[in-house]
Amino acid sequence: MYRQEPAKRVRAIDSKKHWAGVDFKQLFYPHRLNFYNTPPTTEITLDEFEQWAIDRLRILGEIESCLYRNMTAAELQDVIIKKLQKDLLPLGANSAAGGGSKFQDSKIAKQQDERRKDHYSHYTLRLAFARSEDLRKRFLATETILFKLRYNSDDTQERQAFIESLGFDWEFLSVEEKVAMREDLLAGTGTKSNEADAVFEAGFFRVDWEKVYDLVDQRKVLLRGGKAYVPESQQSSLVIAEFTARLEKALEACLLPPQVFSSRRRNRSLTISTQLTARALPRLDEDDRLIPILNHLSRGFIAPEYNTSMTATTLNGASLTAAVIDDLVQYFPMCMRQLHTTLRREKHLLHNGRLQYNLFLKGIGLSVDEALIFWRKSFSRIDDDEFQKKYRYNVRHGYGLEGTRRNYKPMSCQQILTDRRPAANQVHGCPYREVAIDNLVVGLGTMGVSDRDVIRHVREDIEAKKYHVACSRVFEHTHAKELKREKEAGGWSGGLTENIIHPNEYFTRSFGLKNPGSVEATNAIAPPASGGSGQSMEMD
Amino acid sequence: MSDPNSPKEDIALPDAPATPQEFQDADFDSASDSDSPAGKIDVKTEPQTDPPEPASPAKIEIKKEEGGDLDNIFKDEEEEDFFGDDDDADFLASEVGAVSIAPGSGPSDPQVILTFYQRLFPFRPLFQWLNHSPIPCHDFGHREFAFTLQNSAYLRYQSFPTMELLRKEILRLNPSRFEIGPIYSANPRDRKTLHKSAFHPLSKELVFDIDLTDYDEIRTCCDKANICNLCWNFITVAIKVMNAALRDDLGFKHVLWVYSGRRGAHAWICDKRARSLDDAKRRAIVNYLGLVKGGGQAGKKVNIWRPLHPHISRSLNLLKDRFENDILREQDPWRDNERAEKLLQLLPDKTLNDALRKKWDNHPSRPSLNKWADVYDVAKTGVSEGLNPARLKESREEVVLEYMYPRLDAEVSKHLNHLLKSPFCVHPQTGRVCVPIDERDLGAFDPMAAPTVLGLLGEIDAWDKAHKREEKVDDYEKTSLKPYVDYFKTFVNGLLRDEAGVKREREGNSGNSMEF
Ligand SMILES: [Zn+2]
Repeated sequence: MYRQEPAKRVRAIDSKKHWAGVDFKQLFYPHRLNFYNTPPTTEITLDEFEQWAIDRLRILGEIESCLYRNMTAAELQDVIIKKLQKDLLPLGANSAAGGGSKFQDSKIAKQQDERRKDHYSHYTLRLAFARSEDLRKRFLATETILFKLRYNSDDTQERQAFIESLGFDWEFLSVEEKVAMREDLLAGTGTKSNEADAVFEAGFFRVDWEKVYDLVDQRKVLLRGGKAYVPESQQSSLVIAEFTARLEKALEACLLPPQVFSSRRRNRSLTISTQLTARALPRLDEDDRLIPILNHLSRGFIAPEYNTSMTATTLNGASLTAAVIDDLVQYFPMCMRQLHTTLRREKHLLHNGRLQYNLFLKGIGLSVDEALIFWRKSFSRIDDDEFQKKYRYNVRHGYGLEGTRRNYKPMSCQQILTDRRPAANQVHGCPYREVAIDNLVVGLGTMGVSDRDVIRHVREDIEAKKYHVACSRVFEHTHAKELKREKEAGGWSGGLTENIIHPNEYFTRSFGLKNPGSVEATNAIAPPASGGSGQSMEMD
Repeated sequence: MSDPNSPKEDIALPDAPATPQEFQDADFDSASDSDSPAGKIDVKTEPQTDPPEPASPAKIEIKKEEGGDLDNIFKDEEEEDFFGDDDDADFLASEVGAVSIAPGSGPSDPQVILTFYQRLFPFRPLFQWLNHSPIPCHDFGHREFAFTLQNSAYLRYQSFPTMELLRKEILRLNPSRFEIGPIYSANPRDRKTLHKSAFHPLSKELVFDIDLTDYDEIRTCCDKANICNLCWNFITVAIKVMNAALRDDLGFKHVLWVYSGRRGAHAWICDKRARSLDDAKRRAIVNYLGLVKGGGQAGKKVNIWRPLHPHISRSLNLLKDRFENDILREQDPWRDNERAEKLLQLLPDKTLNDALRKKWDNHPSRPSLNKWADVYDVAKTGVSEGLNPARLKESREEVVLEYMYPRLDAEVSKHLNHLLKSPFCVHPQTGRVCVPIDERDLGAFDPMAAPTVLGLLGEIDAWDKAHKREEKVDDYEKTSLKPYVDYFKTFVNGLLRDEAGVKREREGNSGNSMEF
């Protein structure tokens, strides 16, 4: 953990005299849910400032890694709300703390403390993550999910009270309008006939479609003339969209260019005040205690990435040449086999396929010179001139030698699954997602997977959209012998349950298992920073 | 990750004009200028110092007709520096009108393209289209342009305070084509000196790209870069389906369809509301509209639930009418029994499929029209007991959608900062001008008859020969480009009218609040 000097633990001193005229009364939190419209106004200790933020960060980090593993909403709910939140950031409902007796008063006090922690930690992380666009996006995404999970687990009545407190003006359809549009309204929401009456009775309201773009995204709402006709049951997506929109705006406001701010804060107290959004940053810059904390916090939120610098040892020092790629295909995950096979068959690969495969090869340790030889030979139907003109640049670009000279990382499963889905004539992407199941089974056969049980499980994984699980399952099956041996030897601490989240990880593991002793203890995948523990906060 | 502008691949050369027309004896009057009679190149125009009165909406029509003067008002010393010296400009000015195209020039001959920019490219309407107002503002000045030069170099983040400066730079660089990107929060040319957070895309038209290569597994008439009138039907019907959704569902009004010059069409949705959509909302629209999903090896590409969403049932109605003619008769995709397997793959009942297979094996090369009818007829004989008639009907609907529903290139539409080729560019391989498609008469558009750059220059030549010199007629009016430019102008006027309304609303009565 980040250590503090004892001297800095001093409770923040009274700053009211410096902020004459500003009302700093303690906020009362009537609801469990919070839109975080109002910045905190009262002081907290530096310990609280940091510890609360770290607790929240662990939750957000876990959300991110759950998403990464393609968990379903129900699984997320279980992991985050039932397990993590309970320890790190509990939030009791009003109903849990009636009112009246002394005992209940203390319960209310506890509940208010919980809500205050939720409130402050949110704002601290806002500050920490407002600094780069990437962090901002991830903060926005994970906070939205946290809100959604809480929203869905909230008591119905308390949730309704919370919604009413937000003061949206939703335009409800009159009975006549509703009747006139009945068929379209129901079809628009995909309502089956057995539920039609109930949905119809509950009512619909009309909003600009942008407000419910997630429903538009899923084609689950009727659109007419730029308005969406939303069934009352879908109120949640409106609320959540509003939460996201407001938070996004607030995060952008954090980015306003620093303004000169009068130096009233000479008193060294720590006040998370109303200035904490737009104008807090320059103020905080002066505070030598906060900046390191914020820096640590933002660094604690780093996604697992394949670290190419580690791969020099992948093949035990032997340098890779273009000629040996064909021999290595046996260790490739299906996505890369598919690209390789297509390349050999067609003597060509389309742009996105080249991109995915080139970075993968770079990741396994193929040098740029060898990569150029590999691609040049593979594209055997074209002449040198055309290759130089059309493809050389792209290969080198992937190695960070052209253009912006960005060092592109090999694509992770997540990127492969979500970036640029393949069009009709393309073969990149994740085959577990993109290839029709019957063709996939044929492909599995060529990898030596014909066990009916395994295939059945793979089918189920795919139906549940857990493509990486399908891939991991295939890995386990095709490496069963080696994994068993390894387990018996107690060599690998990763356990038998493989969880492939990166094609290069697949390769490294596969090669290592099939060629014991050849791979040094590669730790090629940086551990997810969240990892369910706070240890990643220590790095500096 | 990847450069959104990675070169298009697998380029084939289809129907490029064979022989150029005569230009060697061109005898043009040096006064003729492209589309703006008052907009002659003259960098020595004195900068006017008085700021202009903000145009009241009522004056828009007049100002538009007046030509280049407004643009020059904002010219200052800085811009002069920016674009080199006067000699450079004189050199350009002297070239206007002095057209002599060597015999044997192709459509991508630099001299041909340059002449096209000089004499025909409608810079003024393009400026108004992107500027949303008669007076140059950030909507134009902070807009990214990207040029593909004749040597294939690619220049991004170009921007221009005025139309005249854009025009001058295009004549100087003579790009083989150029693309239009978003309006940024600051001048794209300053991006390196700005903090990252101060430079980000603010708005851009919502765009769509439909390309016939995405129909290769379906169309039988052509493949790759080749097209004919039969496969253009896919585009025509796609435009109809898209228009209905964009207008009736999403509430957009200003939708411009543009021929992409070879084998597809682009849509530019220009409403203010569309321009300000962020990536998440663009993605939502793409997913709302996108129906045909999955790569080359995916089996069934249309997966929808019932009841059909009103957008899908409406689309289906639009498509059904054309299915028999466009698909069954003209494409005839299942005539080969091997290819008919693709139809069977989409049907729900194995026993029925076996019966159909048997029947078709006895009738090799049975036309798709008959095979399609067979599906019902054989089903009616009760060959399969387990057959669910409702499911069969649904499958048939899904077949229609899989074969005719618009196939969108999703990546183009999802991102605010994606660049798209400007209307009225010339396609380097075909020489065809990327003209707007008049959506009131979609059936009349024939991509094979779209104007080519060489044809147009020949038309100017012919017109000049037949008419007296004194007549002052814009070059584009002498050519078959005229209806397309006129259509574009009408479109832009409609947009400007609405835009003025929006502005008036926003600014209330405070007349002087426009920013420059
Ligand atoms: Zn064709």
